Amino acid sequence: MRLVLNGEPREFERASTVAALVEALGLDTRTVAVERNLEIVPRSLYLATGLSDGDRIEIVHFIGGG
Amino acid sequence: MNAPVLIQSGLSRPGQGLAPEAEDVWTVAGRSFRSRLIVGTGKYKDYATNAAAAEAAGAEIVTVALRRVNLSDPSQPMLADFVKPERFTYLPNTAGCFTGEDAVRTLRLAREAGGWELVKLEVLSQTRHLYPDMEETLRALKLLVADGFQVMVYCTDDVVYAQKLQDAGAAAIMPAAAPIGSGLGIQNRVNIRLIVEQAGVPVLVDAGVGTASDATVAMELGCDAVLTNTAIAEAKDPIRMGRAMKHAVIAGREAYLAGRMPMKRYADPSSPLAGLI
Repeated sequence: MRLVLNGEPREFERASTVAALVEALGLDTRTVAVERNLEIVPRSLYLATGLSDGDRIEIVHFIGGG
Repeated sequence: MNAPVLIQSGLSRPGQGLAPEAEDVWTVAGRSFRSRLIVGTGKYKDYATNAAAAEAAGAEIVTVALRRVNLSDPSQPMLADFVKPERFTYLPNTAGCFTGEDAVRTLRLAREAGGWELVKLEVLSQTRHLYPDMEETLRALKLLVADGFQVMVYCTDDVVYAQKLQDAGAAAIMPAAAPIGSGLGIQNRVNIRLIVEQAGVPVLVDAGVGTASDATVAMELGCDAVLTNTAIAEAKDPIRMGRAMKHAVIAGREAYLAGRMPMKRYADPSSPLAGLI
């Protein structure tokens, strides 16, 4: 499946849900936020949110800033 | 020889006679803070220095930015491992946003990432001076307030716009004293004072503080707190500058509460002229 992840095209073999994608990327779900096609995916819905070919996914977290 | 006695009586004795200081809190969006210094977490050489400087500054709130996770190098240091959210209240910002929609999108994601309702809104106009686009800022503020956010608003030192922000439900008004990162100090004391006088919510100088005396001036003008990033991060010794800023803010606050003497055009001797030999 082809996703646009944080602006970069990426291929994923087994990432049928947001939960699977986040796990495949090795991210700590407690510190990130996920957007799918400009809509926020609440943490409680990671498992229930399926991914489709061509989805635009943003995964963000906090960094230093003023 | 009364002089030595007089000097001695003027010495401060830490921990004595400062009881009101402990109760001198400020409140934003229903949350009270003792420290009147908010520090940024950008531009430090590393997060460890950042955390040490924030500790030295006595800060209780730190601003943070929201950015894409670096997926190519997940081993990069994480802000939260150093500047711990259990120790500091994170104030997510919208730095780098140039439209209201960008800002709202960013803060909604920030709320999802950490659950914060208390946020800092900044909607920039252009990169040369980084002054906020106030029309767009006001529009974004209304969207965020309607969405349940408590919004501290970075703004120009425009007295009229400051009132509009308050009317639209801003939790705090945060005028720039000078361009972000310039360290030029407070350029328009009259406007900052007028904004303070008319405000019914906390006023913080945000941006433009270059050194400790700038923070003191902001507090002497009656600001509730000061927000600074670059002045600490780009000092040769950020930890020491953090400490300096802590004292500067306390000094300015105390001077404001004490009420300064009136300025006079000519000298007025401090030693009595009567009894001269």
